[in-house]
Amino acid sequence: MIKKKETVAMLLAGGQGSRLHLLTERIAKPAVPFGGKYRIIDFPLSNCINSGIDTVGVLTQYQPLALNEYIGNGQPWDLDRTYGGVRTLPPYQAQKRADWYKGTANAIYQNIHFIDKFDPDYVVILSGDHIYKMNYAEMLESHKKNGADCTIAVFDVPLAEASRFGIMTTDSEMRITEFTEKPKEPKSTKASMGVYVFNKDKLFSYLEADEADENSSKDFGKNIIPAMLAAGEKLYAFEFSGYWKDVGTIDSLWEANMDLLGDRPTLSLKDREWRILSRNDAMPPHYVGSGAVVNNSIITEGCEIYGTVINSVLSAGVIVERGAVVRDSVVLGNVTLKAESTVDYSVIDSDTVVGVNAVIGKEKVLSKGITLVGGGLDIPDGTVIPDGVICGSEMLAELSAEKEGK
Amino acid sequence: MNAVGIIFSSMNEKSVYELTKERTMASVPFGCRYRLIDFALSNMVNSGITHVGLITHYNYQSLMDHIGSGKDWDLARRHGGIKILPPYITAFANNDNALYSTRLEALISIREFLSECKEELVVLSDCDTVCNLDLSDMIEQHIASGADVTLGVKSSYVSSDNSRDVTVINSDENGRVTDVADYSGIKSGFADILVRINIIGKKYLEEIINDSIARGYHSFTYDIIRRNCRFDDIRVYKFDSYFAAIRSIGDYYSCSMDLLDPEIRRSLFAVRNRPVFTKVRNSAPTSYMEGAIVRNSLIADGCVIQGTVENSILFRGVKVGKNTHIKNSIIMQDTLTGENVYLNCVITDKNVVIRDGRVLSGHETKPFFIDKGSFV
Repeated sequence: MIKKKETVAMLLAGGQGSRLHLLTERIAKPAVPFGGKYRIIDFPLSNCINSGIDTVGVLTQYQPLALNEYIGNGQPWDLDRTYGGVRTLPPYQAQKRADWYKGTANAIYQNIHFIDKFDPDYVVILSGDHIYKMNYAEMLESHKKNGADCTIAVFDVPLAEASRFGIMTTDSEMRITEFTEKPKEPKSTKASMGVYVFNKDKLFSYLEADEADENSSKDFGKNIIPAMLAAGEKLYAFEFSGYWKDVGTIDSLWEANMDLLGDRPTLSLKDREWRILSRNDAMPPHYVGSGAVVNNSIITEGCEIYGTVINSVLSAGVIVERGAVVRDSVVLGNVTLKAESTVDYSVIDSDTVVGVNAVIGKEKVLSKGITLVGGGLDIPDGTVIPDGVICGSEMLAELSAEKEGK
Repeated sequence: MNAVGIIFSSMNEKSVYELTKERTMASVPFGCRYRLIDFALSNMVNSGITHVGLITHYNYQSLMDHIGSGKDWDLARRHGGIKILPPYITAFANNDNALYSTRLEALISIREFLSECKEELVVLSDCDTVCNLDLSDMIEQHIASGADVTLGVKSSYVSSDNSRDVTVINSDENGRVTDVADYSGIKSGFADILVRINIIGKKYLEEIINDSIARGYHSFTYDIIRRNCRFDDIRVYKFDSYFAAIRSIGDYYSCSMDLLDPEIRRSLFAVRNRPVFTKVRNSAPTSYMEGAIVRNSLIADGCVIQGTVENSILFRGVKVGKNTHIKNSIIMQDTLTGENVYLNCVITDKNVVIRDGRVLSGHETKPFFIDKGSFV
């Protein structure tokens, strides 16, 4: 017998995140590493368990292997449950149809039976693209208090950026009067965070209607929400004022990592009341050698630092050899920076080896932009990778050929 | 693997009474994020032993917190897995002798557990040792030699000042044990010392236990091994990788400081396919602030460093205040140091608070120890 759950969360984790380029070549965006020992999906998953939601469906589609493996049985998040827990929900073949998830709404529609099994009153829809710490229970409280059919979490964004988001107009009671996806001339700065609470029955009926509509793009923002508004359903906004960041681009991912630094970081992961949980390998503590300099940085297990690390975030197992310098950078797991190499204002994907005397990027103040270096590369000694480029294996081959030519 | 592991969580506790006042030997914190039992358990798990009985004594609360269901060692299992064996005291035998004091007595008290085990071999291990060993090699040798018992030994330099509780094993050229003796302190030099990781046939062990009950034997090493080595096949297995036994607070200090040596660190933590597992605590990474200076130190996650740390071991969640200088010290979990503190050769137990401006110093041979939860 399945026990009834008041709330089931559905986490949309199928996004490709193409603006993260090389970082999402082999893994889905929610599996992208963040903050030394986390992945983006740790944030919504930890928020769920910290908010008392113990039943989570994770909808996967693009490059699901790393994500499936990472989530596993959900044990790191305390989501390995006999009743409920976390399930990954890939697209599947049924008797009459076999479909990829065609849009966010369609992805949920295809998994209606999963939700229904738990007979919930409320369904929380989340996305695996954002870094934030949020108590969904408070949002659910407000949803119940308002007697809403749907509540959408909103975040106040600068007016200049508002046209990148779904923008809500509300009355004084926070009831939504208008919703426009990426408006050219935004009427408000209340941006949708992609966090929704629905009454289950309402959600199901709109999903079914939307599925039947051939012209629909099967998307929550574009179809479901406008349809509900048009029909006069009670939609409310829930204002969230904590830290929230869409890490959809290399720049925003870099910024979010930098937000962890400083005496009073904008985003703190040390909050014991709201722990962000993650799956960790068994790695020894990190070692800082005699000649090392480490300033305004965060470093985690398995690292060995003999060189200089300034304003940077290092993931597990990074080795910075003697004389190597890394500044204003995000270095992902198991990267080795060999002796006398220099890394400035860059993001380096996991398992890459940066050769002796290699130079990556340019000092931040002089740089054209962030340099992104792909994973698993073996960068030859003395290679120079210019600032503001995206360097994968092809570009590396070109750079090496050029160097040979000289 | 056709072997069951038995871990003695509480042997030799008196030797490091500072650390074992409120915990078992097994749960003594070590190396930034580990507890001593992690080494014994990881050795077993990495050698394919997935059924482990953990013999407890007094004060095993902290040990149970650490082990939990055993999932961090992949020992939360329907078949086998880790079983905590609480002290065997019945309502009717509530006399002074109820609680065991030797390994043999402990084994007698877990007869029930042993008789349920289907494995043919038993691996017995203490947890006062820091090592990363491939036990399957030892098990293979045990099977191939047809021995009744195989004793783990390590060739070590013994002298009167470092070898108080050391047992020396003499063996012939075939590895057969010829004698077992306490180190007498007369001669200094290299000798094979007993490391208390032993393999024994389950049937043979059960015979020993029954024999001991009948004859009132107490000591596994002296009553059984020394007596039986003359007529049974008892052999040695020589460990050659890094190995440290913690028999005093001085040993604890020097063995901890050994971790600052890259070779030793590698031989413990960077062995292929043999990671050291421990309980996951989900600390955030460590933050180095503006002005932090860190040299030759091993640091766990969850720390915040504003001052200077030199030749030291920092456990999880330690805070080092501004202008504070910590050197040659071991600072355990969640210790907070204020500003302008100076510590040299200090060991702080968990949750210690050192207020602003305090100056404390011990010596390498006699580190200054601060009790759990103290305010200085």
